Amino acid sequence: MNYTWDWSVLTQSPYLGWLLSGAGQTLAASAGSWILAMAVGFLIGALRSLPYRWTSAAASVYVEVFRNIPPLVQLFLWFFVFPEIVPASLGDWIKGQMPMPELTTTIVAIGLFAGSRVAEQVRAGVDTVRVRLLPAALATGLTPLQAYRLVLFPIALRRIVAPLTSELLITIKMSSIGLTIGLMELTAQSRQIENYTFHGFESYACATAVYLSIGLIATGFMHIVNRRLTGSLAGNR
Amino acid sequence: MDWSVIWKYRELLAHGMVVSAMLVGAGMIGGMIVGALLALARLSRFRTLAFVVGGYVTVIRSVPLILVLFWFYFMLPLITGQPLGAMTSALTTFVLFEAAFYCEIFRAGILAVPQGQSLAAAATGLGNWQTLRLVVLPQAVAAMVPLLLNQAIILFQDTSLVYVVALRDFLTAANVVVGLNERPIEVYTFVAVVYLAICYGVSLLVGRSKKAALR
Amino acid sequence: MSSMPNQDSKPDAGAPMIAVENVSKSYGHSQILKNCSLSVARGEVVVVCGPSGSGKSTLIKCINGLVPFDSGNIAVDGISVGGPRTNLPALRAQIGMVFQHFELYPHMSALENVNLAQIHVLKRSRAQAFEVSTRLLSRVGLADKLQSRPGQLSGGQQQRVSIARALAMNPKAMLFDEPTSALDPEMVNEVLDVMQALAQEGMTMVVVTHEMGFARRVADRVLFMDAGQILEDTKKEQFFKEPATERARLFLSKVLTH
Repeated sequence: MNYTWDWSVLTQSPYLGWLLSGAGQTLAASAGSWILAMAVGFLIGALRSLPYRWTSAAASVYVEVFRNIPPLVQLFLWFFVFPEIVPASLGDWIKGQMPMPELTTTIVAIGLFAGSRVAEQVRAGVDTVRVRLLPAALATGLTPLQAYRLVLFPIALRRIVAPLTSELLITIKMSSIGLTIGLMELTAQSRQIENYTFHGFESYACATAVYLSIGLIATGFMHIVNRRLTGSLAGNR
Repeated sequence: MDWSVIWKYRELLAHGMVVSAMLVGAGMIGGMIVGALLALARLSRFRTLAFVVGGYVTVIRSVPLILVLFWFYFMLPLITGQPLGAMTSALTTFVLFEAAFYCEIFRAGILAVPQGQSLAAAATGLGNWQTLRLVVLPQAVAAMVPLLLNQAIILFQDTSLVYVVALRDFLTAANVVVGLNERPIEVYTFVAVVYLAICYGVSLLVGRSKKAALR
Repeated sequence: MSSMPNQDSKPDAGAPMIAVENVSKSYGHSQILKNCSLSVARGEVVVVCGPSGSGKSTLIKCINGLVPFDSGNIAVDGISVGGPRTNLPALRAQIGMVFQHFELYPHMSALENVNLAQIHVLKRSRAQAFEVSTRLLSRVGLADKLQSRPGQLSGGQQQRVSIARALAMNPKAMLFDEPTSALDPEMVNEVLDVMQALAQEGMTMVVVTHEMGFARRVADRVLFMDAGQILEDTKKEQFFKEPATERARLFLSKVLTH
């Protein structure tokens, strides 16, 4: 293999600056999408679990639509199609004056996609506890709505922390699709460095290491959340 | 709105879909074969091998697919000493990428078979390989089918990412059409509906196979 | 026939069928078995009882090498279980084991469950295995359930299939790990009856169980274990009349009040 190594490329300017800026954009996109995903996911998941036919059906439609269309396609729909189909004034603002359009669009697209997956986890979590706990809660005189609000949802949410961790990791990885609409996140910057210096191995290795680190931190964070929520019940598995 | 543009470019779009299908096919078949080998390595008694394979699987699963596509697009020509097209590097990427996920599915399926089954088989004198082949694997496979189908859906969605190496799959072909026509609304909506229909259809199969596995 | 396991000594009529000498086993910080010794003669029926966590299941699983032990010796019909040259699968083929949760293979019919090891370990032909399996399943009262899957059988029926599966290998000894603990009360007797018939035919048996009625009727000797040690090892009559240790007395009084 004919290759000259030069790890110092990563520490020279402007490349170091590119990497840092890229990592920053990745973190911003990941954090923004995750917050949106959690908000949307819990709401939709709750609506899906409630025993009211219309809300449950509407929530199901949301989940199936947003989870079966590839996230990149969704991103293109938000970036290229959405501004054209809304009233002209809003469309023009989006295309002209909206701040950080690449980042915002990426956050919206990934957030809604991940939100549908979070909704599924919420629904699955409620389903597993509903069988035993709903009759018990109703038997104490709670109305169905109270039973869901006070008993089922809080307990279900504690049980789905582990699957949610894997959804968080997926969301972080998804942030890379922003590069197709010009978001200069970490993957894009590492590719940029490869283009400029031909030292692709070093730059991609660096990006890989950063993604691994972000993943480890995210997993650790969710682990702490798990411990705080479930206290002594969160034993070693 | 002018929906006829889709009909006008139907061949281009169809070719793109064929490329997507090829990527899914190779990713599934190649991925399952390599994934099975990786799973055996991880479950084997050879600790170093299991550790190395485990490391590979962990890294691949923690990193965006786009980055892995760039990795292989860059690395393969260097390793083989020849220039390789986007198709070859994309195929290689998908096989090795999916292999990591299939490895975990196979491992989870095998580990999910209750330990008592292996003990009972061993108690009647069956060897390790016999126990795996006759008792554990048949039970593991039933549980794995819904997970494998689910992974197929994810793979199909992931093929759209070859856009970044300019490989003309279904989505990239659609982009070309938009470039020629400036009709993003019709084309992208069409693309979304097609993906939605296919993925939703397969997800219904997943539901059915889950019920079958519980029987 | 499959290859014979390595033999460290030739079996002879006076030697015990199962010889356990000073066996200890630890798991992490806890010691599960502490210096256990036990000897089972040919045709003897030994019942092992004791509270949960006393190590009874672990001890019985050490006998056919399913669980490795840290120190001591175990020999079945003269063949060492922990020995480096011992062909463990071949040895296990000569010892039958029945598990608390039956562990029938759910993807096979009762007949196929009983056939499997005959075909793949003893290398019998399908026809031979079929004949043996049918005979054994009839013997345990399940002639009409040959094609049924475990999911279609009750717990008691599954356990009887499991006994037939073990007997199909023509074992020299049978090990039972709490065979009726997972059964509904009305099914316990159908399994105990099969076990009693087996004992009357002269099978060497080690049975871990809480069924003291069975012990009184069928056992030759009773062992009492607690916290990894064998505290009592006496003839059945002596054990039920007056056990030597306080601990065993306490256990009996609690178990027999039901």
